Amino acid sequence: MLIRSPKASELTEADITDEAVYQQRRKFIKQLAGAAGGVSIAAALPNSAHAAGWFGSDDDDVAAPRQTLKFKPQARAENMVITAEKKAISYNNFYEFGTSKDDPVNNAQKFRTSPWQVTIDGEAEITGRFDYEDILKKVSLQERIYRLRCVEAWSMVIPWVGFPLGELLKQFKPTSKARYVAFETLVDPEQMPGQRNAWQGGGIDYPYVEGLRIDEAMHPLTLMAVGMYGKTLPPQNGAPMRLVVPWKYGFKSIKSIVRISFTSYQPPTTWNILAPHEYGFYANVNPKVSHPRWSQASERLLTSGGLFDQQRVPTQLFNGYAGEVAALYNNMDLSKDY
Amino acid sequence: MRILSTQPRLLALKSFTHLACLLTAVGAFYLGITDQLGGDPVKAIIHFYGKASLNLLLLTLCVTPLSRWRREPLWLRLRRLLGLYAFFFASLHILSFLWFDLQLAFALFISEVIQRPYITLGMAAYLVLLALTITSTKSMQRRLGKRWQQLHNWVYLGLPAIVVHYYWSVKAYIGEPLIYFAIVFILLWLRRDKFKRMWRQRLSSSMK
Repeated sequence: MLIRSPKASELTEADITDEAVYQQRRKFIKQLAGAAGGVSIAAALPNSAHAAGWFGSDDDDVAAPRQTLKFKPQARAENMVITAEKKAISYNNFYEFGTSKDDPVNNAQKFRTSPWQVTIDGEAEITGRFDYEDILKKVSLQERIYRLRCVEAWSMVIPWVGFPLGELLKQFKPTSKARYVAFETLVDPEQMPGQRNAWQGGGIDYPYVEGLRIDEAMHPLTLMAVGMYGKTLPPQNGAPMRLVVPWKYGFKSIKSIVRISFTSYQPPTTWNILAPHEYGFYANVNPKVSHPRWSQASERLLTSGGLFDQQRVPTQLFNGYAGEVAALYNNMDLSKDY
Repeated sequence: MRILSTQPRLLALKSFTHLACLLTAVGAFYLGITDQLGGDPVKAIIHFYGKASLNLLLLTLCVTPLSRWRREPLWLRLRRLLGLYAFFFASLHILSFLWFDLQLAFALFISEVIQRPYITLGMAAYLVLLALTITSTKSMQRRLGKRWQQLHNWVYLGLPAIVVHYYWSVKAYIGEPLIYFAIVFILLWLRRDKFKRMWRQRLSSSMK
């Protein structure tokens, strides 16, 4: 574990510019620029947001700016190194918005997450379509700081805000036939360039689908996240709601969920369909089972810092959550059910 | 067109190549150490150097057809320099993997080279580039005689190997590797007469 003692030069919470002040100042600068230009360049451009963009990255382009959330915070160990927010929200796998890591942050900013509805169906007493707001009313938000271990052998430490998935699922009264839970991501080619064009979307057959065994879904560690770093999720991270299963590889954590189905059978999952020899249904983090193209025995922890500030840490079985979840897999051969 | 005489023009071309390649290598490295290469500067720098090497190698193979087409023999004298920079960037590519990704874990490096076919293939291609680099001097060319050309023909195997290495390394999006395959195909197709000659020579020499 990396132990950092803050230098006197390091900023504290008290030094952070108030967001309202920051926004106001930007608005002022932009107005000034507009006035100075007379018939400004901004007006001549088809999309005036471009001109505004010259003043740096611009939050005004975001259809739904991230809102501050109310939640029960998790106590933080003093030496806990949380990944810089900038990294966590600009380095994403979300092929619906493009396959390269910076495609999602560039292509998802106008993604509409309101209104948003989630269909609940399958082996449950209560099914139907529910408004996202109504789902949120029935749960209480809490913070969970998890290490997100990507199958590509890197990890980040992210403060999620959400609620235990089981709390939600129980409300729909799954029947005894419900042995698995299947999830689906939105299909909207108009908003998601990767779904319009197989070249941009990595040749995946959309919608992106994922699934958990019901005991995995009901496990108290399994989180339905609606926020991160104290605010609502940015679209590139799976707004408005996404799964976080901390002992599994990141691709199990399906984003922008529109459907939750209780099934009696093991549901198909996207990466397993695409490359079954590389990605199993379970996808439990396991240092002993290597990916065909790289070892999973260690991982690079992306926190902040450049090339000379890197850490490679040993990967732990179940991503360090073995104490909580190992019992779920007691009678399984994890090298076969990878 | 030819305002300058041959020597100054060659000097200008070479200076430009040196400047562009060195600035690119150093610039990317600077952005990397100052954490300006996105979420994962390590992957970014490895991929950047790898692709720079591949692009330069492709450029090296463009020199001959282009200089024939434009009747510009001067360009041929740039070919070795471009090839050496392809090797230079390939070295940076591997060094970045070993140093920044694997944190100098040599045992892991060796086991990865052996166990992962795409890395094995990439390494094989690197050894070809290494052999070509070592034998790139005029004196080596004289000393090897006819065998020099035979050795340097290995680039026609090394280049496709590099593209397969790239293709195998990507997870799902194969658009870019496919474009590279197409370029390699065209560059090799332009040399079809040469390959036919080589093939005939082999046949006739094996019959003797």
